[in-house]
Amino acid sequence: MAAATEKITEMQGYKLHVIETEKYKTNTLVWRMKAPLTKEDVTKRALLPQVLQSSSAKYPSTTILRAYLDELYGATLFVDLAKKGEYHVISFLIEIANEKFLTDPTPLLKKGLELLTEILTNPNASGHGFDRETVEKEKRTLKQRIQSVYDDKMRYSNVRLIEEMCKGEPYALQVNGDLEDVDSITPENLFAYFQKAFSQDEMDLYVVGDVKAEEVTEIVSGLLQFDNRTPQMATTQDVEKRSKVNEVKEVQNVKQGKLNIGYRTNSKYGEPDYFTLQVFNGIFGGFSHSKLFINVREKASLAYYAASRLESHKGLMMVMSGIDIKNYDQAVGIIHEQMEAMKKGDFTDEELTQTKAVIRNQILETLDTSRGLLEILYHNVVAHKDITIDDWLTEMEKVTRDEIIQVAGKIDLDTIYFLTGSEEGK
Amino acid sequence: MEQITYDQLKEELYHEKMANGLEVYILPKKGFNKTYATFTTKYGSVDNTFVPLGKSEFVKVPDGIAHFLEHKLFEKEDGDVFQQFSKQGASANAFTSFTRTAYLFSSTAEVEKNLETLIDFVQSPYFSDKTVEKEKGIIGQEITMYDDNPDWRLYFGLIQNLYKNHPVRIDIAGTIESISHITKDWLYECYNTFYHPSNMLLFIVGPVDPDKIMNQVRENQARKDYQDMPEIQRQFAEEPTEAAEKKQVMQMNVQTPKCLVGIKALHVDQIGAEMLKNELTMNLLLDLLFGKSSEHYNNLYNDGLVDDSFSYDYTQEQGFGFAMIGGDTKDPDVLAERIEQILLSAKKRGTFTEEQLERTKRKKIGAFLRSVNSPDYIANQFTRYAFNEMNFFAIVPTLEEITLSDVESLAEEVIAEERFSICQVVPNQ
Repeated sequence: MAAATEKITEMQGYKLHVIETEKYKTNTLVWRMKAPLTKEDVTKRALLPQVLQSSSAKYPSTTILRAYLDELYGATLFVDLAKKGEYHVISFLIEIANEKFLTDPTPLLKKGLELLTEILTNPNASGHGFDRETVEKEKRTLKQRIQSVYDDKMRYSNVRLIEEMCKGEPYALQVNGDLEDVDSITPENLFAYFQKAFSQDEMDLYVVGDVKAEEVTEIVSGLLQFDNRTPQMATTQDVEKRSKVNEVKEVQNVKQGKLNIGYRTNSKYGEPDYFTLQVFNGIFGGFSHSKLFINVREKASLAYYAASRLESHKGLMMVMSGIDIKNYDQAVGIIHEQMEAMKKGDFTDEELTQTKAVIRNQILETLDTSRGLLEILYHNVVAHKDITIDDWLTEMEKVTRDEIIQVAGKIDLDTIYFLTGSEEGK
Repeated sequence: MEQITYDQLKEELYHEKMANGLEVYILPKKGFNKTYATFTTKYGSVDNTFVPLGKSEFVKVPDGIAHFLEHKLFEKEDGDVFQQFSKQGASANAFTSFTRTAYLFSSTAEVEKNLETLIDFVQSPYFSDKTVEKEKGIIGQEITMYDDNPDWRLYFGLIQNLYKNHPVRIDIAGTIESISHITKDWLYECYNTFYHPSNMLLFIVGPVDPDKIMNQVRENQARKDYQDMPEIQRQFAEEPTEAAEKKQVMQMNVQTPKCLVGIKALHVDQIGAEMLKNELTMNLLLDLLFGKSSEHYNNLYNDGLVDDSFSYDYTQEQGFGFAMIGGDTKDPDVLAERIEQILLSAKKRGTFTEEQLERTKRKKIGAFLRSVNSPDYIANQFTRYAFNEMNFFAIVPTLEEITLSDVESLAEEVIAEERFSICQVVPNQ
């Protein structure tokens, strides 16, 4: 079985990770930069990559830049934001064809890396400010992006759960920042933040594809150089266990109720029982053979989806389901029963082996996509650990029933959030 | 077994038609962990009026039944097939579209066992009154979930604007009312008519040995007793070429308005190479007009009329087709008007240059290479192409053939105000 290995090189100001594989007909370049989540910076960090990817000094308009990408056989360029525990992670992604599969021999990898460098280091700016028009345009789009969460009720209810559950913690901040803070951003203060981020963030470059690590290192070292830095660590305060479950109901004009339940797992990536928690989640709600799917959907016929997922670096587990408004009590009751069953060890050996097989399968499948692979590897950067993919596979296999019961014992119910229709509806 | 080699792509495809008519394709992918298999019937939500197997009169079935059948096929007398797959370390799924129902699994171990499970479960229906009733609650929640989803409502609203009679205007899952009429007898009637191997295609992609897998499928099918089947008779109502409605505005619980402009397609009787060329030409035309490197897109963006939700897409199948352009916008009426103007401006010869076309073709070629990184994409798209008698692997050579005059002729022909329609979602008043 092909578990990918990464070659990591310490570069000036960042780490280069190269994954050599013949699987793909394209090469994927991903630049990641991470910093602790703070109310002060989060909105600027959401805006910054959008401004950088819209134009640069050499390609001073979006039309010119995008035409150049088309020229490079439709190379894709996009940016992405994520919360990983109490960190805010910005990604720049370029995927570019491998010329091996084209009749035209232009060396595209080099051109892709040069373009990435241009986007990161040579912005469309004058003096101490980004191009004003670009910033204004991107501010407008950012506002729309923040607002659009409201219109997708599945996402909205998930965001609201986190807000309610983690009130006062950095993790409650939204990945796209705060609507109220957008207006105060100027071309100048954003430019100042740009310089700060590139001098303080922990930065990593991933290159995945049919490439040679030495060749990549040589190209990259001539292109990207920054000051060395010591990565800033997020300060996580301990959260007291609630004496009473936090129950929040919000009324909107919706047909289907969205039930989202948050738990504190008290176990994170890199800790000894993390893999046990993965198996726990698999039996409880991660898959279509899991207790939630079987009991909420298949047996009680209450929902189309009922699942749980983990936030590995923050130590959260979230259950989500879409149900008829009148079935709230029944659904919550069934979900509580499944958690109780887990705590009592009320699951079969078959469920355990089945879950391990499915998780193993899921990991191996994830490795088949360049971005999935990178997501798994990046966990180590966030947690400052060195866990290989083989560790994932072997540790998961070793998990026992008793360990699962122990992990279940550490899980605390925190918040139940329900987005419900108006009282007189239904 | 036939072997087809694609040199430039460095791919080899294996094909065999089984004695009972089932088409089987295998694409070995070295270096991948995952094997992905789809077992697809050429039967979707639009196939709602047909002559059932063994009968002579046309019947019209309840809306949403193809999708309902997809759900119910997973349940057997002795339990749920999802369980069987996960015991074998696989993840299984299914989907129903306008024209297809696909069952699939992916796994990194026990591929042969999983393949056997896939073929056997799809070929052994078990429907009972009790399980049919139970499913109505689950699908009811699936329907309400989509009812609250503004993008889905917008998309379907536009199709309903464009099509007056064709069943493409019916929501794939049906309505809570329509599915209440579904019985086990209806399910068997649909199953027997559309799930004959000669109406189906099996695609396997992954690190597999093609000889071994083809043998396995051959032996599996030989064990089953299928009678030759007459050609399926489907019926579709007459459909005018112009759009049925000019405009529809829906009020929903949203903060940002949404707007889509649609064009009802022409040439929906095409099949094979001709259809492939038409579809790709239409895609190039949309890219030239609305791609991120186009002047039009940038003007819309600079004027604050679109954001990163803006997209465009073209769908063409037997008997229906449409292009859709739009997204979230602060001013849905202005956006609709601007999109229509942009479209109409493209009827004029000389709108595009050779250089723009070449660049757009390059972009499409790169996108094709990117897409063949994904086994899932290959299996699903290959099947769709095959059902329309098109060759998925002919995309790049066909793209290369398309000329500026092809694009201009299509623009001139297909773009017409009477085939336009607008659909908007606006915040509740």
